[in-house]
Amino acid sequence: MVDMNVNLAAADKIVDPAFAAPVKLGVSDLTIRYGGTAALSGVNLEVREHEIFGIIGPANAGKTSFLKTLNRMDTFNTNMSVEGEILFNGLNVQNLKNIYALRSRIGVVFPLPVGLPLTIYENVALSPRLRGIKRKSELDVIVERCLSRAALWDEVKDRLNSLGSLLSGGQQQRLTIARALSQEPDLLMLDEFSIAVDPVTTMRIEDVLKELKHDMTIILVTNLVQQARRLADRTAFFLEGECVEVGITEDLFTGEVKDQRTRDYVEGKFG
Amino acid sequence: MFAESALNVRNKRVQNLFRILFLMMTVLLIIPVVIILATLIAKGGSIISIDFLFTDPTNGMTAGGIFPALLGTVWIVAVALLASVPLGVAAAIYLNEYAGDNWFTRIIQLAIINLAGVPSIVHALFGVGAFVIFFGFGTSILAASLTLAIMTLPVVIVSTRESLRAVPQAFREACWNMGATRWQTIRRVVLPNAVSGILTGVILEVSRTTGETAPIMFTGAAFFLPFLPQGVFDQTMALSLHLFVVATQVPGVPDNLPFGVALVLIAMVLLMNSISIAFRMYLRGKKKW
Repeated sequence: MVDMNVNLAAADKIVDPAFAAPVKLGVSDLTIRYGGTAALSGVNLEVREHEIFGIIGPANAGKTSFLKTLNRMDTFNTNMSVEGEILFNGLNVQNLKNIYALRSRIGVVFPLPVGLPLTIYENVALSPRLRGIKRKSELDVIVERCLSRAALWDEVKDRLNSLGSLLSGGQQQRLTIARALSQEPDLLMLDEFSIAVDPVTTMRIEDVLKELKHDMTIILVTNLVQQARRLADRTAFFLEGECVEVGITEDLFTGEVKDQRTRDYVEGKFG
Repeated sequence: MFAESALNVRNKRVQNLFRILFLMMTVLLIIPVVIILATLIAKGGSIISIDFLFTDPTNGMTAGGIFPALLGTVWIVAVALLASVPLGVAAAIYLNEYAGDNWFTRIIQLAIINLAGVPSIVHALFGVGAFVIFFGFGTSILAASLTLAIMTLPVVIVSTRESLRAVPQAFREACWNMGATRWQTIRRVVLPNAVSGILTGVILEVSRTTGETAPIMFTGAAFFLPFLPQGVFDQTMALSLHLFVVATQVPGVPDNLPFGVALVLIAMVLLMNSISIAFRMYLRGKKKW
């Protein structure tokens, strides 16, 4: 058993040196239930530092529930129960006392952009403020940096004090990415970020993600398999509450799959 | 091809019938308001003057002004607000932002609904028992205001909850995801966007409190007082009770006096409502999503 693990790790290394990176997030035997029904069961996977980890799968596969348990958003849903182990930076998130600190280290981008009813500036300055940064000069730097990294600065630098919700859908989504970056996260989770975004903006955001990967780990949930192919180093395929397969992304598309359902899904035969 | 069938004709006729019926109902609603206002202005308008508003009643309340009553109403309403708004807003925030859906909150909900249904005279008797006698406030502004506060508490709680509920849940979740605590979320995002609705509810409460008579007549409002209240432990006159008194209890009052008092009372209420509506419109224009 131990030998096999070593061999697997060695095999990964041969394929891509990036996978020698330490484990950012280790998930074992994760089962999520809503009431009595399981939304996701028996998930085992690892996300390594500085990779883009794709999660593909049709609706109701348990992708969003999975993300929620990672930053302990399950605490807001009394109906939701989580079993198994999630190690973030080696710490079990289920046992963390300070879940606020955990959440602040994980940036989340939702399917539909949620521009808070604040100005563009305040949307990005909110998280630093929550951390206790008060000085305007410091905030200015953070706001400019985050908006620039989200490829939005040039479009909004002249109207930082207008409402974030007045931006277009694509701009708002970049604003939420900037807001997530203002948390200075270790891990950025994007949940089908391109649903309400035009293709051009989607491409811009994808370029942004490729850049961000050097500074953080990214989990990209997407229902566009080609997006996963373009971006993700490794990809997991979720189907009906089951993690069918985890593998190097390109392998999933070139037929190196362990499960026929994965092949069918990436080839568009269902889903 | 498009010739009207008998069915078409009938549908059209029924449709017109209902439209007219509903229109008539709507017009009926307006009529009492118009008649009340017109009567008050016609019969009481002649007495309204600066002197009427700012002098004491004289000749056994058959002449003079209404200043002590006017001031007393302001006192009572202000103290009632000071008690009910913090309490009601805090309770609403708890119920909407913290409490889950369990038996405890459901009992509280039920209590609030029942509190709203309690007749005002029962509140009055409760006020006598609780504030006047048990807490020993005597018949005073404090006792009257607290009685009113308890009576209007459900209004504040319900209207505050509604405006909190109108803030989209996605805003809260976005904040929580950033690692904000519930309180940080409430303070930074929820309350700033709910404050317009909360204030509107408060103003409506003011207008309701202004006109109440029963809860204050046993707890703090006096028939006639020759002096102005100096603090919350004093009794005071109040407009609503004063109207009742001059209209029914005092012989020899000129006709236009009670109508004048009523006009001032209703003007206060309408003024509050107008402020509330204007305020709501102003804030709705500034709505951020």
